[in-house]
Amino acid sequence: MKPYRLPPLFGARCKGCWFSAALVVLVVASFWSLDLQWRAFLSIEAARSMARFVGEFVPPDLSAAFARKVAAASLETLAMSALGTLLAAAAGLVLALPASRTHQGDPARARAPTRLLLNALRAVPELVWAALLLISAGLGPFAGTLALALHTTGVLGRLFAEAIENAPPGPAGALRGQGVGALRVFLYATLPQVLPQLISYALYRWENNIRAAAILGVVGAGGLGQLLAFHMGLFQMGKTATVLAAMVLLVALVDAASHTIRRLLAR
Amino acid sequence: MNTTPPRRDPAWLGRAFWFGAALALLWPMLVATEFRPWALFDADSRGPTLRFLGAFVPPALGGEFLWLVARETWRTVAIATAGITLALLIAIPATLMATRVLSVSALSGRMAPVPAALRQGLRWALVLLRSVPELVWALVFVRVVGLGPTAGVLAIALTYGGMLGKVYADILESGETQATRNLLANGAGRLQSFAYGLLPQNAAELTSYTVYRWECAIRSSVVLGFVGAGGLGQQLDNSTKMFAGGEVATMLLVFVALVALADRASAWLRRALA
Repeated sequence: MKPYRLPPLFGARCKGCWFSAALVVLVVASFWSLDLQWRAFLSIEAARSMARFVGEFVPPDLSAAFARKVAAASLETLAMSALGTLLAAAAGLVLALPASRTHQGDPARARAPTRLLLNALRAVPELVWAALLLISAGLGPFAGTLALALHTTGVLGRLFAEAIENAPPGPAGALRGQGVGALRVFLYATLPQVLPQLISYALYRWENNIRAAAILGVVGAGGLGQLLAFHMGLFQMGKTATVLAAMVLLVALVDAASHTIRRLLAR
Repeated sequence: MNTTPPRRDPAWLGRAFWFGAALALLWPMLVATEFRPWALFDADSRGPTLRFLGAFVPPALGGEFLWLVARETWRTVAIATAGITLALLIAIPATLMATRVLSVSALSGRMAPVPAALRQGLRWALVLLRSVPELVWALVFVRVVGLGPTAGVLAIALTYGGMLGKVYADILESGETQATRNLLANGAGRLQSFAYGLLPQNAAELTSYTVYRWECAIRSSVVLGFVGAGGLGQQLDNSTKMFAGGEVATMLLVFVALVALADRASAWLRRALA
């Protein structure tokens, strides 16, 4: 019987072993290079302070005055996320037009640079945008709204461009053959075809943005996050618990709303 | 017979109504978010902005600073990788316990009440872990273990543990389950049925989702730096607060490159797996 031989190291079959080896090296190097304080985390003292910390969450502060404050901050968060998404949908649509090649003969010279811009907008997370925008827009929900809008423009612009490029070319080609201008071809042939998809993308991003809007305030950009960072900084855990509960509730509400709208639209 | 089309838009009433309704909805939102774009061009906010943006050119390229950025970039990747590894330690056992496909009692009709309650409870726990944003977990852990990467790793581990566990269970349940059920019905153990029935069928999808989440974790780990969990985010925060435009420019460029690289790597891996 021939003894079992390992496959050659550089053959196509060994892609998997190289991949696994690289993965193990990456994980080991990560744990080794980060001076993780397991002792501080796993010690009895840490467990006690954690327990005390969690214990202070109860009872949540439900006094009428504070509940009103939380409700106002929740509305602010909701408005930030909705307006940010709306602005991003508009800007994304405007940028998606130069970023897509609509037909065979389209030179689409602006396609590559516009896509580069969209990718850059998308690569920077909302929170980083917010931290940068604080300099020009000041503390408050306006910076947060703009930050959401910038990041989401990158995401939606790209998705919209894909949707426009993948639209069935028939109706647009027919209009173009009649000598209709590019803008009117888009408005009367392409847009009606892709609109449901665009709306569904925008709603999906809204669900994401409500999560982002809830935490943007941590850097000072308004909404529930600002309240959270403030009360947590002062170790007012009862109030922190109320804010956290409001966050979870708000996210669940928006998820349900967006789900319902999408189902209604799909009918 | 009248063939001329109506001159007036037949749907104008609906259009006008929805336009009005949208305006009525938009107005309170504009007020709530203090939407004042002209404030951006005020004299006292225009000056600092222009100075800050002006300092972007040239980006800071000093040897020492680049070394610092490289080290922090690695820390960012390391926090994400360590976080995902720990998240898998939460997600894999939770998935094995929560999947309805691996229920023995469900083979003969309905699942017994105790396992059903256990599975549903575990699912809710995962959803709860997931629904608290990682930034909030990080704020909590920074209080307990102090500033540093430990808080970031733990925050990613908890949020992504919940996320991965929930989605893994969904993936396992959405596929073809007959082979696994046959194995179970013929006396194979739960782990055996998983390893020989469920896993081979879903391995590609599970791995591809994990890689995608690793890419997301890199982005999160930058954000976590802003609350003091170390890495590129923390440096970015410091430099922004010091109005050091050149340093911010360098780090933004590095960050965009890092995200693009992770994007490429993850796309390549997912294609190789498909």
